[in-house]
Amino acid sequence: MAEIRNYTINFGPQHPAAHGVLRLVLELDGEVVERADPHIGLLHRGTEKLAETRTWLQNVPYMDRLDYVSMMCNEHAYCMAVERLLGIEVPLRAQYIRVMFDEITRILNHLLNIGTHAIDIGAMTMVIYTFREREDLMDVYEAVSGARLHAAYYRPGGVYRDLPDVMPQYEPSKYRNPAKLKALNAARGGSLLDFIEDFTNRFPALVADYHTLLTDNRIWKQRTVDVGVVSPEQAMALGFSGPMLRGSGIEWDLRKKMPYEVYDKVDFDVPVGVNGDCYDRYLVRMEEFLQSNRIIKQCVDWLRKNPGPVISDNHKVAPPSREGMKSNMEELIHHFKLFSEGIHVPPGEVYAGIEHPKGEFGVYLVSDGANKPYRMKLRAPGFAHLSACDAMGKGHMIADIVAIIGTMDIVFGEIDR
Amino acid sequence: MDALLQPVQQLLGPTLFTLVWTLVKIVVLLAPLMICVAYLTYAERKIIGYMQVRLGPNRVGPKGWLQPIADAVKLMFKEIIIPSGANKGLFILGPVLALGPALAAWAVIPFAPGIVLANVDASVLYVMAIASMGVYGIILAGWSSNSKYAMLGAMRSAAQIISYEVAMGFALVGVLMVSHSLNLVEIVNGQAKGWAASQGLGFLSWNWLPLFPMFMVYLISTVAETNRAPFDVAEGESEIVAGFHVEYGGMAFAVFFLAEYANMILVAALTSLFFLGGWLSPVGFLPDGMLWLVAKAAFILFFFLWFRATFPRYRYDQIMRLGWKVLLPVTLVWLLVLGAWMLSPFSIWK
Repeated sequence: MAEIRNYTINFGPQHPAAHGVLRLVLELDGEVVERADPHIGLLHRGTEKLAETRTWLQNVPYMDRLDYVSMMCNEHAYCMAVERLLGIEVPLRAQYIRVMFDEITRILNHLLNIGTHAIDIGAMTMVIYTFREREDLMDVYEAVSGARLHAAYYRPGGVYRDLPDVMPQYEPSKYRNPAKLKALNAARGGSLLDFIEDFTNRFPALVADYHTLLTDNRIWKQRTVDVGVVSPEQAMALGFSGPMLRGSGIEWDLRKKMPYEVYDKVDFDVPVGVNGDCYDRYLVRMEEFLQSNRIIKQCVDWLRKNPGPVISDNHKVAPPSREGMKSNMEELIHHFKLFSEGIHVPPGEVYAGIEHPKGEFGVYLVSDGANKPYRMKLRAPGFAHLSACDAMGKGHMIADIVAIIGTMDIVFGEIDR
Repeated sequence: MDALLQPVQQLLGPTLFTLVWTLVKIVVLLAPLMICVAYLTYAERKIIGYMQVRLGPNRVGPKGWLQPIADAVKLMFKEIIIPSGANKGLFILGPVLALGPALAAWAVIPFAPGIVLANVDASVLYVMAIASMGVYGIILAGWSSNSKYAMLGAMRSAAQIISYEVAMGFALVGVLMVSHSLNLVEIVNGQAKGWAASQGLGFLSWNWLPLFPMFMVYLISTVAETNRAPFDVAEGESEIVAGFHVEYGGMAFAVFFLAEYANMILVAALTSLFFLGGWLSPVGFLPDGMLWLVAKAAFILFFFLWFRATFPRYRYDQIMRLGWKVLLPVTLVWLLVLGAWMLSPFSIWK
């Protein structure tokens, strides 16, 4: 009799559910997965090595390209690390802006995750609904930084500039009737803060819509409950963080445990799951929408009342104002030195980790006192999560592997770096 | 009509005339069907578009009306690629076998009293037999592609169709019991009788009400039979990419596409005939007619599209469980209830 062999299939790198360029070698017994072996490196761009040849400021845009759905959070970790090496204090207003944009980014990231997770499981409407909201938040990114994705808005010492007083508006088009155009521009009449506030007021109702579409849907539950179960011990052993860890019932959130910026001044709760399955992680993310919304609201309130500088006035680190530069020799020299040679960071080593939407994103920097890092190491949460693919997927069916990849919220920008 | 045909018959002779006349009838039936298929894809994209807060196709022609034509032209001009490892003959046969039954079944569908290509006595049996042939196309396509994903799709499709055909068959047994006939025209006419129909409320005497559980089971089974969401595991684009037709492109792919949509229209028409009174008018003051059948089929088709926009996809084993453990017992129980009801003095089918 012929030898019976398992069916081995190559899941990706060109696969609609591979979330980019994941190559997963699956060993199947019928449809049941015996072994799931993720292969990475197809999006490797050598960010860590590249950083060694770029000035401290030039590295900021590279951070956007790591996890390209939560851009500002990546920048945040990097800027925080540089600031710790420099030993400088960030103005309070900049801290609030950073916290606000971290939470906007968290919503952006979770919107993408929930939407793509749903479409992986076959509910194709969800992704369009979440992208509608992402569009608004992308506009917020654009208003503040000029770029929808790769913002490069956070800088060592603060943020690039203060929040703008106007929101960009939709323009007339022959495919959009005037009434629709007016409705689209309704919230865009005021400042950026007005627009964000309007969004935070609308958003809970939209989250309720998502709940209606998925949370109690029997098929959705059948596809996610008890799929990819991770026990708390296992979750810790596998190096999970973020919603993946909280979904297993461990209350670990860097925003609470090691507060950075102004997270100790804002009020929010940390949702945790019970069973550690895909459904719990989905619920954790859905609740984080509302908690992030709460934080954004508090930041908007504070930012309205407290104008002030948004970047450090230490001109060895942060550029001087344009007017100062044009009227003052010393500031012109600062500007020239900053944008040619760059800042010098005292020798030392530092690690800065933040509660990134996907988990703990950390930047480890070694400086030898030069104008560029001596070594940079990135701790990407997705890498640890993807490594658990085999542990989570063993014994499930192919369709569940797709659900598990969706729940891991992997983005290859950060895994392959 | 006969007077008009008489000279043609004399000209061609009886044998040739029968052949030509049958071909003409087939074309008259299939040409509108193909247009319906094309515009069903347009309707699907528009309806799902609006459900998903987008506009759907609106660039080709006024309001996008020429989009299906543009799609068809594009697909026709594409090269058909046959993978080198594929079994060439079967690879081509796959789509043909999928589309053939989907069209052949239309031969016995009555559109209105007298408007039917072939009024066969056992037309229900014919439809069931022909419709279950379609799966061979899918299995052959999946197997002959010599691709792992296609193979998985074919396996899934085979298992799924077998289980749902059982539930579907049993649901139809109920219809056959109450109408005492295997002829589709008789089945529709049977629904025009009864107390409600004589009161002018025809829609209450149709089969969907007394056979409601079977109507539901049949509706769900037809979604599964046509491989539509949420039962589209054979295709499962996010799991096994495109399943059985992953290696097909151009017109070969388009034929599968046509088969799927022709099947959708077919089962929608059948559901209307079996349970929704076919061409019968729902109320007494409006006349019966073919338009009612079209409207009812469109109503069912709208559900198909609505399901696709709303539901996540079932997992392969969950589909099996639903078919065998939920739908089949429901129909079996209702068959017993129905039998008892028909024998009891409360029977409404006397």
